[in-house]
Amino acid sequence: MLDRLTEFFFPKQVSTYASDIDSLYFFIFYSSVVLFFIVVFGMVYLSIKYRHRKGEELKLTSSKDHSNLLESMFFIIPLILVSITFVWGIRSYLKMVIVPDDAIEIKVTGQSWFWTFDYPDGGTTLNELVVPSNKPVKLVLSSKDVLHSFFIPVMRSKMDCLPNRYNIMWFDATKEGVYDIFCTEYCGTGHSQMGAKVIVMQPAQYEEWASELGSEDDDLPLDELGAKLYTKKACNTCHTLDGSALVGPSYLQTSQMWGQERVFDDGTSTVIDDNYIRSSILEPMTQIVAGYQGVMPTYQGLLSDRELDALIAFLKTLNEDSQI
Amino acid sequence: MSENMKQNYLNHPKGIMSWLLTLDHKRIGLMYLVSGILFFFLGGLLALVMRFELAAPGNDIISNEIYNNAYTLHGAIMIFLFIIPAIPGALGNILLPLMVGAKDVAFPRLNLASFYIYSFGALFALYTIINGGVDTGWTFYTPYSTQSSSNVVPMTLGIFIIGFSSILTGLNFIATVHKMRIPGLTWYKLPLFVWALYGTSLVQITATPVLAITMVLLMLERFLGIGIFDPALGGDPVLYQHFFWFYSHPAVYIMILPAFGIISEIIPVHSRKKIWGYKFIAYSTLSIAFIGFLVWGHHMFTSGQSVFSQIVFSFITYFVGIPTGVKIFSWILTMYKGQVSFTPPMFYALAFLFLFTIGGLTGIFLGAVALDIHLHDTYFVVAHFHYVMQGGTIVAFLGGLHHWWPKSFGVMYNQTIANIAALGVFIGFNGTFFPQFLLGLRGMPRRYATYDEQFVELHSYSTFWSGILGISIFIAVMNLFWSFIKRNKVDPGSNPWGGMTLEWTHTSSPPHPHNFEEEPVLQHGPYDYDKVIVQKTYKK
Amino acid sequence: MAHHNPDAPSHLKHYFHDVNQQYETSKFAMWAFILTEVLTFAGLFVAYIVYRSWYPNMFIDAHLLLDVNKGLMNTIVLITSSLTMALAIWAIQKNNKRLSVLMLAATFIFALVFLGIKYLEYSHKFEVGQLPGEFYSYMGPDAVHLNNPHIFFSIYFIMTGLHGLHVAIGMGLIAWLIYSTQKGNLTSEYYTPMEMIGIFWHLVDLIWIYLFPLFYLIG
Repeated sequence: MLDRLTEFFFPKQVSTYASDIDSLYFFIFYSSVVLFFIVVFGMVYLSIKYRHRKGEELKLTSSKDHSNLLESMFFIIPLILVSITFVWGIRSYLKMVIVPDDAIEIKVTGQSWFWTFDYPDGGTTLNELVVPSNKPVKLVLSSKDVLHSFFIPVMRSKMDCLPNRYNIMWFDATKEGVYDIFCTEYCGTGHSQMGAKVIVMQPAQYEEWASELGSEDDDLPLDELGAKLYTKKACNTCHTLDGSALVGPSYLQTSQMWGQERVFDDGTSTVIDDNYIRSSILEPMTQIVAGYQGVMPTYQGLLSDRELDALIAFLKTLNEDSQI
Repeated sequence: MSENMKQNYLNHPKGIMSWLLTLDHKRIGLMYLVSGILFFFLGGLLALVMRFELAAPGNDIISNEIYNNAYTLHGAIMIFLFIIPAIPGALGNILLPLMVGAKDVAFPRLNLASFYIYSFGALFALYTIINGGVDTGWTFYTPYSTQSSSNVVPMTLGIFIIGFSSILTGLNFIATVHKMRIPGLTWYKLPLFVWALYGTSLVQITATPVLAITMVLLMLERFLGIGIFDPALGGDPVLYQHFFWFYSHPAVYIMILPAFGIISEIIPVHSRKKIWGYKFIAYSTLSIAFIGFLVWGHHMFTSGQSVFSQIVFSFITYFVGIPTGVKIFSWILTMYKGQVSFTPPMFYALAFLFLFTIGGLTGIFLGAVALDIHLHDTYFVVAHFHYVMQGGTIVAFLGGLHHWWPKSFGVMYNQTIANIAALGVFIGFNGTFFPQFLLGLRGMPRRYATYDEQFVELHSYSTFWSGILGISIFIAVMNLFWSFIKRNKVDPGSNPWGGMTLEWTHTSSPPHPHNFEEEPVLQHGPYDYDKVIVQKTYKK
Repeated sequence: MAHHNPDAPSHLKHYFHDVNQQYETSKFAMWAFILTEVLTFAGLFVAYIVYRSWYPNMFIDAHLLLDVNKGLMNTIVLITSSLTMALAIWAIQKNNKRLSVLMLAATFIFALVFLGIKYLEYSHKFEVGQLPGEFYSYMGPDAVHLNNPHIFFSIYFIMTGLHGLHVAIGMGLIAWLIYSTQKGNLTSEYYTPMEMIGIFWHLVDLIWIYLFPLFYLIG
């Protein structure tokens, strides 16, 4: 029964402390339901019982306006309930902040509007956090620009990312799978698209994945690698492939205009070619396409030369029928 | 009653200038009411735009940018232009001097100045809308607000200016309560609405200056790059959050305390019963106002503050909960052995008890740190504060309007339509916001223009009912104003609910330009339904 | 309608019972306003404390860049002006209009001297670039090693600037007092405005008494 209710109210429980937090929720929930029914029942019962009946004379009513017994009950019972809630809330909270010593440490960086993950043995992923199951993982969070907040509902955990200091959260994932990550601190136009996934793997699989990280893409053809980078590096948050405009211009449109003039918001223009694409990825704020806001972060340092070439190659291949 | 009764503050003196330059608190209150309602509708319209966008995932109706503008303006308008200034400004202004038996507030000129300062600030807010909006959220968190290219400065300047109006109104009310009461009207004989306004005003004069200084620092940050909140210059964005919530948490009590006061008037009058636990309600108003200053950190449970601060803020937060809970029980017990009439104001009061109880109880979930970390900045929070602000404050405000409408303006609305609209507000409200608790629990973050497929069902329920809610509120308010247009006048001597406070017993409806024909002499306490029978008199 | 009696003094507003109630109300509201003022500055004092604890060494070294002598002079000037303000009220209580006007004028002049010295201080800081935030450019030998000194100057300029604004507003009010007293509107019977503005002026003085050691002295 409780399991089905938990499923109804909450996403899956994947961290070690999730079930404890859900139990705390149900404790408050049931206490609240009881208190709420007392309030509603009292309200309905008293208002109907003592209603002013049609034709009834107005009369002097009771002067009763206090009852020490009732009032102390209303004081003491909620006091006991909130004391339990408080202590429970703190106890569970301490479990969430005391990081086990053997945790693997992953650096999380928020930037408008994608997440970067740096792993202990080198290697970086974008918008995909890969972690082993049944092993504590410590995340060190920060931001490159404005505030963000890193929220993994299945872990019941969340922490703000600040530009001037490091915050810490940790979890120990108990079930393999792919789960949602959301940004929960408003960060501008792309806030609602600033999602990511956490992929929980068997520890052995994780080890394998971690050792291959960064080397796997070397033998892919350029345009295929570009297609992969398009989602992996979060280009798709702001640029579509179907011609519709999101935060930035669609890749399809850029591809179709290849060799033509592009007009910028300061009135200047330039021909769309390889150099233009390269500089618009590395120095996006220098030339802003007319009709858009200059909000793209620089990818300097986040893309290798080969990866830049791959993205350009991919963009050139696009046409109306492109599917990805 | 004399010939003089034909003369009331609405028809005497005449002429547009006599309104624009009026020093009469009742006229100023009416001006606040009209402007407040206009902003209420504007904010509500923005809410409906958002709800319709959220009916389905994806950007179907409006873009991310417009959505972000809509939710920012919705929050800023509702809080800074409607709830905070308009409820004390409208009902407080009209009723406070009447309830204490004074001819006016302590400083009538200052009162008019407050209204014009408020209007001036509101102009900046309107300019912001016309000039393309602002997209930072009503909280203006740095560093986003120092970088955003939208109209942060006009909006914060508007809020800064409105802050002065808030402070001056607060000063005026406090001085009025302390010094303008008629002889014999001791503190314990004051109507509880006066206590509530007193508590509200105390918070206004002590918290608002901190908001003002925060807004100044934010503007200086944008103009001069002073670096106080800018991490790139060695400043701290979290300090901004501390400053902002040091004002904005007490501001929650600026918003809810007047509602408590209204409910404390409606329930005893319509139950014809002495209020339960007068002194408790009075003192808890003050203690809530005080404790409200010590809990701002619970808005920052995920900001990375120290474990010790988390524990302390969580602990103090519960101290607000307990007196509030006892208040709810007191209001309910007031009906015990009374004569309860189911009038429109009473329906609103009962709806308030139902909705505010949910709002309050869900606050307990958010006060528990471990659980708050999951729920923080999700729709659970959105639902919680709407249950408090709309289900609590605005429902009480509507109840108060229906209660004092015949008194303030000498006209009576259609009570059947009022009851139907109240039911619509109640059902529509629950339909809109109850699903949002579930959305939040399941992990839906707030301030999202688009969302994941998994949330679509609950979002579309919420949108459907928000339409009903919007229409019901519109009907409820229009029904009130329609009575003006129809000139559905009540007899000047009317006391349709049998109220016992001075505004019901000692002056006409609508009141005399100088409130009382002669200085009232107190004959009984505000809720002495066990000692005196006040007849209900309602003649057309 | 109870019109108040024709013997009532002209300064009594119709919505008050008597002169005493009107006076008490003004005084009460003034003190409430002082509370508001104190909280306005309290916010900035908190900012000062927070950044002092973030950058303790920078604060110690940066405060040496301020001119203690000018600060001390200003402290003396402002305390004296508080005294002349009190004397002006004492004089009007004794119905000595001439002395009262004289003392108000002295207060006004002291306030002007205060702002003059402040101007000299500010203009020096503008010259050498000891300015808030982005505008900071001072690179003297006594400051090159400082970590984020512009934060210190941001807080310094905001707090002393807001205080200076209060001094300027106070001068406007005092000028009006001089005019009203000279015209004979204020007498020993009715001098509430002078008393209220006096309270305000003492607050302005008091705030400076906190600002002076915090910025100029504590090392």
